[in-house]
Amino acid sequence: MAKALVLIEQKEGNIKKASLEVVATLKANGYQVSTICFGDNLSSSSSKLASQAGDQGAETLYLVNDSSLKFYQPDTYKDTIAKSFADGGYTVLAGAATALVKDLFPTLAIKLEAGLVTDCIDFKTEGSSVVVKRPNLAGKYFTTVKVKSPKAALSLRPNVFKLQTPSGKAANIVEHPAAKDSTKTKVAAVEGNTQSARPDLTEAERIVSGGRSLKSGENFKILEELADAIGAAVGASRAAVDAGFVPHGMQVGQTGKTVNPNLYIACGISGAIQHLAGMKTSKIVVAINTDPEAPIFQKADYGAIGDLFQVVPALTQEFKKLLSQG
Amino acid sequence: MSLKLKSMKIAVLVKQCPDTETKAKLTSNNLDLSGVKFILNPYDEFGVEEAIKTRDATKGTATVISVGPDRVVDAERTALAMGCDDAIHIKVSEEEYKNCDSYVIAKALSEVIKQKGFQIVFSGKQAIDDDALAVPQMVAELLGWSRATVVTKLEGISEGVIKARRSVEGGAEEVVELTAPAVIAANKGLNTPRYASLPGIMKAKQKKVEVIPLESLGLGAKDSRVEIIAAELPAEKAAGKVFKGTPEELAKQIVDALRNEAKVI
Repeated sequence: MAKALVLIEQKEGNIKKASLEVVATLKANGYQVSTICFGDNLSSSSSKLASQAGDQGAETLYLVNDSSLKFYQPDTYKDTIAKSFADGGYTVLAGAATALVKDLFPTLAIKLEAGLVTDCIDFKTEGSSVVVKRPNLAGKYFTTVKVKSPKAALSLRPNVFKLQTPSGKAANIVEHPAAKDSTKTKVAAVEGNTQSARPDLTEAERIVSGGRSLKSGENFKILEELADAIGAAVGASRAAVDAGFVPHGMQVGQTGKTVNPNLYIACGISGAIQHLAGMKTSKIVVAINTDPEAPIFQKADYGAIGDLFQVVPALTQEFKKLLSQG
Repeated sequence: MSLKLKSMKIAVLVKQCPDTETKAKLTSNNLDLSGVKFILNPYDEFGVEEAIKTRDATKGTATVISVGPDRVVDAERTALAMGCDDAIHIKVSEEEYKNCDSYVIAKALSEVIKQKGFQIVFSGKQAIDDDALAVPQMVAELLGWSRATVVTKLEGISEGVIKARRSVEGGAEEVVELTAPAVIAANKGLNTPRYASLPGIMKAKQKKVEVIPLESLGLGAKDSRVEIIAAELPAEKAAGKVFKGTPEELAKQIVDALRNEAKVI
């Protein structure tokens, strides 16, 4: 049976859903799946991590628990995974297409002499080859890509692949030492919005997004209230970022983030092609705008012509009512 | 940014990409390039600007490098018009280029960077056509250099250490210390790219573009580790519903549709 190593990311002792989707997908495709997880304080959560990984089909959980790993350290991650991969006889390295994996996997592809495909939205095997599908030109077309080399390094887009029914079987925990061969790149600190209760935009299942019509950063509060009612992340158009309402980290679209939620609520966003480039693979799009001619309505499953300052608070109330009923 | 180095030899990697407005038409396994308008990858403008600023501060040289068919020289000319000093075109036919994966491109770039003795490399964080975010890190790994991607601020370049900030998930920023030499892949926000001036555009026509055939580096599509075997357009989305009414009526209709029709709430 072919073997796959999945890099899983955890946050406060829970494995990210996007990482679990990768475990589930490899398992469903017949791989024997091992997982590897990094951190500086994993001991207390190890059994929970092992049961979450095991539920999705992982047999082994390598825990790289080291005081130097409070933050992502690219060299340690790279050298540790490379060693584990070579020792374990794996043919596939996989992870969710997160900020960390996007930075790390290209270096591992070089080190492992593996074919790299990023942001996969479909996965299958043909004989011993991996065949995946990925978006191009921000989802304007899709390509099917075959990995020619014997080894593959793949990142899978969050919110695309399904989780499996929990197996109830925990993965075996194996303590794994951190490789410290080189430290050319050191992450000294992580600053800013590290403790946000809202999900990250690129992994969010629901997003509420605002444009220039919000008129100020202060007014984003009404979007935050809506987002919190439905557990969504908050995004923005480039116009709102350039106007200084919100930081660039919230920008959706070209020169911002590409998002892939189940539900995208665009409030006062006209729908410039650069914005659409970042959100067009959203499953359901709701647009709220006073201008019936706004291009966003062409992409919306549901459009509401109205003033966002009135419609958004009404929508928040309506969601709260619905969700309190269960 | 504090710069303590003198006359740095700087390279900036650029890619020519289809314009954002491109309407995708396909061949059996790729984008049909006839009628496509090409631009300098928008993220690379931040890399070019940083290369020019670093060149000015260190009284060094800024060289543009790109891999591709003859058309990619247009993107290099844009960077030259902004102010880069000269360019290297790693030349490959359109047909062969289509089948070169990120590994082949990175390998070619790293060979040229090594040969020419560049001391620092800038690039954009990703190209807007394949959005892979792969080549800068691969180049760094092939050279044995450090790298930082998605860089929003350079806080200092000194003899041994480069300090940078990069954006990570949730709007947070990592503060990273890189052992030089390094590859710096720029995010929006690192700087404000200058426009090419008319005299700049005129001057760019005279600047030197050295051509290095890809095959002279012993590389080609045969070395690719992945292969595109098919291309397809996304399924057309059916026209959506548009609601009208008072704010309360609109809210009720949206919530009802999301719960009972789309089933996402």
